[in-house]
Amino acid sequence: MGLTSASNGATQIITVHSDRIDAAMAIQFKEDMRSETETSADRVVLDLSGVQFIDSSGLGAIVASMKQLGKDRQLDLAGPQPVVEKVFRLTRMDTVFRLFSTLDDALSAPDA
Amino acid sequence: MEPICNKTCLELSFHATDTEASAGIARLSSGLANHGLPPHKSDDVKIALAEAINNVVEHAYNGIAPANVQVTCRLDRDRLDILISDTGHPLPGFRMPDGTPAPLGETTQDLPEGGFGWFLIHQLTSDIRYERRDGCNRLSLRFNFGNAPNRA
Repeated sequence: MGLTSASNGATQIITVHSDRIDAAMAIQFKEDMRSETETSADRVVLDLSGVQFIDSSGLGAIVASMKQLGKDRQLDLAGPQPVVEKVFRLTRMDTVFRLFSTLDDALSAPDA
Repeated sequence: MEPICNKTCLELSFHATDTEASAGIARLSSGLANHGLPPHKSDDVKIALAEAINNVVEHAYNGIAPANVQVTCRLDRDRLDILISDTGHPLPGFRMPDGTPAPLGETTQDLPEGGFGWFLIHQLTSDIRYERRDGCNRLSLRFNFGNAPNRA
């Protein structure tokens, strides 16, 4: 599981360098997200554009990552592939997270 | 009855651990694509297959030494049948869960981190059957292709 992090103003961008977020790596993902987000950024954008597959364990790990941030910080998602977007839509997690088609869209969102 | 030569079979057996399951699911997904699974069905199959196999790894072999998961895929012109079998614990009450999704709750802290597996399987398959026979769990998933061209 590889995550890298960059800053864009007050926004932290975390990029996932793995083609899957599944049951085999859900715990590691959650732990890596915890250490990557030990920052003061109010908003974290998770760039999922390289992720070709997610299962419900991976989805759970992203939900857990949002909970870890606490209520004053926000986790948004960028660049989901169709299969990733489908898992969010079917579970209605697309109503919980803000999903942006691209990282640029996420960074230029008016209330970002 | 269709002659057997019209069907493509794909079989894979692997140890029921997270890591082997992850690799097995990826191999099956790409194998099915290479054998002509219609692209419009491939995401549904990937998701449902992964959830079904994860259930075996996490629940059927919970607390006991994991044995193998055997997956047999039969790809036909208008549908895909997948049989997943294992020798782990039976499903509770020898029945499939009905697939009610976990409620999203009121606040972020209430959000569920699991409980979507059976819901996704029910949503994405055309038919599901579960059977416990001779100490084996046998879960059959069917995917009808629906709008596939149907020429006589």
